[in-house]
Amino acid sequence: MLRLEPRREPAQAMFYLTPFLAIALTLLAGIALFEILREPPLEAMRLIFIKPLTSVRGVAELLVKGTPLILIAIGLAIGFRGGIWNIGAEGQFAIGALSGGAVALAFYPATGWWLLPLMSLAGIAGGAAWAAVPALLRTRFNANEILVSLMLVYVAVLLLSWLVHGPLRDPDGLNFPESRLFQTALPILIDGTRAHIGFLVAVAAVGLAWLLLERHFLGFKIKVLGQAPPAARFGGFSDRRLIWFCFLLSGGCAGLAGLFEAAGPVGQLVPALPAGYGFTAIIVAFLGRLHPVGILFAGLLLALTYIGGETAQIAMSLPSATTAVFQGMFLFFLLAVDVQVNYRLRWVSRRSPPAAARETGERPMSQTAPAHSMEH
Amino acid sequence: MTGPLLELQGITKRFPGVVANDDVTFSIGPRQIHALLGENGAGKSTLVKIIYGVMHADAGSMRLDGKAYAPANPSDARANGIAMVFQHFSLFEGLTVVENVALGISAALARQGLRERILSVSTAYGLKLDPDRRVGNLSVGERQRVEVVRCLLQGPQLLIMDEPTSVLTPQEVEVLFATLRRLVLEGCSILYISHKLEEIRALCHRATILRGGKVVGDCDPTRETARSLAEMMIGTALSPPRREVGRIGPVRLKVEGLTLSSAEQFGVDLQDVDLDVRAGEIVGLAGVAGNGQAELMQALIGERLADRPTAIQIDGVAVGGRSPSARRALGMCFVPEERLGHGSVPDMSLWENAVLTGRARMNLGSFGFIGVSRAKDFAAKVVAEFAVRTPGVERTARSLSGGNLQKFLVGREMLQLPTVLIAAQPTWGVDAGAAATIHSFLLALANTGTAILIVSQDLDELLAICSRIAVIAGGRLAPARPVDQLTTEQIGRDMGGHGPSRLGREQAHA
Repeated sequence: MLRLEPRREPAQAMFYLTPFLAIALTLLAGIALFEILREPPLEAMRLIFIKPLTSVRGVAELLVKGTPLILIAIGLAIGFRGGIWNIGAEGQFAIGALSGGAVALAFYPATGWWLLPLMSLAGIAGGAAWAAVPALLRTRFNANEILVSLMLVYVAVLLLSWLVHGPLRDPDGLNFPESRLFQTALPILIDGTRAHIGFLVAVAAVGLAWLLLERHFLGFKIKVLGQAPPAARFGGFSDRRLIWFCFLLSGGCAGLAGLFEAAGPVGQLVPALPAGYGFTAIIVAFLGRLHPVGILFAGLLLALTYIGGETAQIAMSLPSATTAVFQGMFLFFLLAVDVQVNYRLRWVSRRSPPAAARETGERPMSQTAPAHSMEH
Repeated sequence: MTGPLLELQGITKRFPGVVANDDVTFSIGPRQIHALLGENGAGKSTLVKIIYGVMHADAGSMRLDGKAYAPANPSDARANGIAMVFQHFSLFEGLTVVENVALGISAALARQGLRERILSVSTAYGLKLDPDRRVGNLSVGERQRVEVVRCLLQGPQLLIMDEPTSVLTPQEVEVLFATLRRLVLEGCSILYISHKLEEIRALCHRATILRGGKVVGDCDPTRETARSLAEMMIGTALSPPRREVGRIGPVRLKVEGLTLSSAEQFGVDLQDVDLDVRAGEIVGLAGVAGNGQAELMQALIGERLADRPTAIQIDGVAVGGRSPSARRALGMCFVPEERLGHGSVPDMSLWENAVLTGRARMNLGSFGFIGVSRAKDFAAKVVAEFAVRTPGVERTARSLSGGNLQKFLVGREMLQLPTVLIAAQPTWGVDAGAAATIHSFLLALANTGTAILIVSQDLDELLAICSRIAVIAGGRLAPARPVDQLTTEQIGRDMGGHGPSRLGREQAHA
């Protein structure tokens, strides 16, 4: 039978190999899936994963979808490294769009060079403010930040919807639940497409996040907190401050992504603006190994599933759930093969008793990290 | 007398870049306490892991009771009557003593009545334990008892003990030795790994000495001196640490009326602790594990803040309310008891672990950015000066053996040239050669005017290097007394004596 044995040290090679393994398994499972659906599998895979990359428009759309994914995932990954779980980026995205968009609408129709920076700041502030709620509840009352941040997503989405149905509705919009079109839009990166400079901001965020995590003492503190909370206390790193920092940062990134979405491809506030980027970004963060450069590539790959899903809808009349199916498979397979980093899969004969699986004493079993963070 | 219980023939184990065991051959007789001696990295741990089935030898063979023995895994070893107490305990902090014991033994043994059997074994062998307490709240000494009791429940024919006494008081050591001697009478053999040579002389019938993975000697330890054993182990002559009485200066570390209730449910409250450590002096803090040492360390490090700023003062500056980093900036350095996970981040490299505490004092960065090359230089200096055996500073803390990591952590703090150094168990798990190095560094540091506080359960160590010793019991600290007015027996009595000990108090409640 198959058995998992703990490795002496985490396997470095596996750590970087598993994302690729997960991608390969997802593609194989996709082929099997289309086979069962009696669609030509290779043609379907080509439509989803290759065709979008063969046109300028496709590549531009990749950047459009990749921008929010990368930006949000970067912020989340920094917190995840510290064991700080902001699951509510979707809500922070919505509030960022809302607050940044509200600034534009407040000044309507005035415009100028100052408007976009002001909207961006408002977007960051809005997302950060929304993320401040779980941070406050966690540091003050030790409330579980996963639950609080997740539940606030629904509050945020409904708040956006209510405001767009009410106070922020376009007065000349025939009662449609949408705001005015903004008087300004993000500068376009590639002429004739929707690719905007938000992508450059996302790439810059990748570089800054790398500096923070690999070279800056603040990133070091976050990593220590995530890997060994008692060592962080020993070092004198305040977990409260780090929790605040990570939530404000990830909330700010998600808020900025929301504003970019509103002021970029959409151009106005609509109830359907939060389209799941905040949740998909969690997959991006893990598929990218919580590493900024990995996230850049993972973000583009997941963006591809959005566009490919649309292509599959149009060309093969497959349901739009195709996108979600592929995203789900990526995360599923990644989590499954990630076990290989810390464990080794061994084929052993049946007669040895399986009871000893957790024995060995190889590692001191102080892996009660979640218990730690709950207790203090 | 029949043949040997366990025979090892030409055991060889290679790791990338190092031969951990090179053609190791020896045998353990029935009803014998057999010592395995060697420096850190001599290959002792690897060898016992092979015996216990955690690792598999590349070459060589073993025979148990005359039959070929090649355990596939630890449960296989246990089925053959071999039990082991590891140096790093394999216990789940969130579970109770009973639950931990149940997890480490076979399902058949873990059935009903386990709690009662734990109680009867622990009373029979004088190893006091409350089966329903959570392991997370136990002291190191008490955790060890859990491991020992777990092994005894299996009725082993060979018990392997990896440095069992490093956390015990002299009286506790006596109890453990009585336990071990009784086990031998009952027919069990013991493979005993320790760096405490006096203990080996007092306890063991045979000793096998390893150096660089090879057997370099086999002797009857009762006929050797501690010094001759140490020299066999290291291969060179040793000079014992000399305590020079340097100039004693003004008070650098002052603890004044420190009262602190423990954060743990079963912790010990500190009550009105007073302590002065002067420049140039080494003060020892003796006590049975779990009598408030952990809480005092937390308060001194600043992981828990004192109720008044003046409760802790460094060079007259009240720091009771300041963070660990602020205290480091004022010249305090700390070596905590738990080296993996507290004193170091297990999966971070040695140079990153150097940054953990060395950043401010060693100037390992500017504008908040980490000076990677400076950090690596500092870590490399620690590795070189304290003879830490590692292929390089890029290796993780987890990859180092216990003693080597301890040397690294002690070195990391000492090379920062602190004005006040507080170290818990500075030589725990470290071999005689390295302990001598650490002691001579401590003495040299004291001579430069550093005030040093050593928290240790090793009384010989405290008596050897300290000028004054204070005993902590039940969260109260007795005034420090000069060592030349103290004897081991006296301190031992104080440790258990004045003020009820923690376990005694709880049982009184029950």
